[in-house]
Amino acid sequence: MHSLFYDRATDPAHALKLAQQPGTRFIGGGTNLLDLIKADVEHPARLVDINHIGLDQITELADGGLRIGALARNSDAANHRLVRARYPLLSQALLAGASPQLRNMATVGGNLMQRTRCPYFTDPAFDMCNKRVPGSGCGAREGYSRVHAILGASPSCIAVNPSDMSVALAALDASVVIAGPKGDRVVPIADFHRLPGNTPQIETVLQPGEMITAVDLPASPFALHAHYLKVRDRASYAFALVSVAAALDIENGVVRKARIALGGVAHKPWRVPAAEAALAGAALSEAACRKAAATLTAGAHTFKDNKFKLELAQNAVVRALRTAEGRT
Amino acid sequence: MDDDHLRLSRRGFLQTALAAAAVANAAPVPAQPLTAAPAQPLAPPQMVQLNINGKAYTLSLEPRVTLLDALREYVGLTGAKKGCDRGQCGACTVLVNGRRINACLTLAVMHEGDKITTIEGIAKGEQLAPMQAAFIEHDAFQCGYCTPGQICSAIACIDEMRAGTASAATPDVRVLPAGPSDGEIRERMSGNLCRCGAYPNIVSAIRSVAARKT
Repeated sequence: MHSLFYDRATDPAHALKLAQQPGTRFIGGGTNLLDLIKADVEHPARLVDINHIGLDQITELADGGLRIGALARNSDAANHRLVRARYPLLSQALLAGASPQLRNMATVGGNLMQRTRCPYFTDPAFDMCNKRVPGSGCGAREGYSRVHAILGASPSCIAVNPSDMSVALAALDASVVIAGPKGDRVVPIADFHRLPGNTPQIETVLQPGEMITAVDLPASPFALHAHYLKVRDRASYAFALVSVAAALDIENGVVRKARIALGGVAHKPWRVPAAEAALAGAALSEAACRKAAATLTAGAHTFKDNKFKLELAQNAVVRALRTAEGRT
Repeated sequence: MDDDHLRLSRRGFLQTALAAAAVANAAPVPAQPLTAAPAQPLAPPQMVQLNINGKAYTLSLEPRVTLLDALREYVGLTGAKKGCDRGQCGACTVLVNGRRINACLTLAVMHEGDKITTIEGIAKGEQLAPMQAAFIEHDAFQCGYCTPGQICSAIACIDEMRAGTASAATPDVRVLPAGPSDGEIRERMSGNLCRCGAYPNIVSAIRSVAARKT
């Protein structure tokens, strides 16, 4: 690991001030950042420790929603009484990620910022990665593409976002609360992560010097019928090949609202409102689920080694919707 | 030469060698960064106070030193193992304020004020902790390399189950898990790999401790 300076922030304002020094990165759990520093992928000159700035609380919002502090650990967020009762989808997604040890360290804000596990990105032995070295090319497009994107990819980058949590947050219409030198702002989760385009190195709309302070969840009608399905090469402790966050609001057997977000298939959680809208107003049927899956994955483009992902994603959508429906 | 000299253990030898290296270099600090960090000044060591197994230590550490390296190379507690050093194997698992973490993916300087417990701090004197005794009773290891991490992880695993936490094996997170089924134990221990494949006996050791009344 290269040499780096360390500052411990005492409150959010102090953290923002310390972050104005050049080459600075915030460190929360550090599980992804330190891994990438060891891999010679990330090279911050200075780390600002934000573990002691008091942003680890989970509190109810006046509108019936929930605010999860950015420094809440993944394990604490997953097991918070109100998250389990009102947002079981989020609890499930968090528990599907990483290992207990990592979840005890990893923060909610850090989870939003975690970087792709594309092997061409995480291993500098590969010359080509536009995300790691802009302009160097994409090693994965012509290389080994089994775990890569089938939606929203660009000629520059076919990497996928590895977060499970973010997929559930997308389905739950969460928003990201951000503090920065120019003030605070709130960004809908759908706008927080970017598609790769020509600048795959820019993964979120977070600006230099800005810090995530919380994730807000709106009041949710999806506590009863929700399911997070993660399909992966091992039964546990592996990244998703495909994942689905499915949530249904069902009254008297009729779907009032549906939410479906796909993970493991794109540079960000993948949602298509038309696929969800088509499910509303009728009982959930196999045909309707199939149609939603097709609409959600319309325009998919597979590569040499990930052709299986399209059918896998569609089948996973159907199963996740059916499982969500069957919950009582 | 008496027998004691002949019975010098591998760990004893390594610790002696480490101490000799420390004297030779004044401090066991890596001489050069492993990777090039051009035009970046070196962050000097700073005094870091750590509470490890109930004992206070004041160490001179560069900020980049991980908790795992601080434990192994600066304090001489070699129970936590450096398996992958990337948070993938769990051999470095220690307890921080009673919670299990990977000591390889956190910096020592981040843990001032925390209560750090390693495998060396689990037993009460000569009396093994229940989980240590269960691992022996159930033959829950072969080579032993992953065992310190497995035992630290298992202790926290049982605490978490008793606190009513859910896992990915819990059918419905809105409901408290029914009990420590083998499926729950396996899922909750998935962060600790055992290349000898002692998993069935690890699960039975944990199951036996979990079944005891507290």
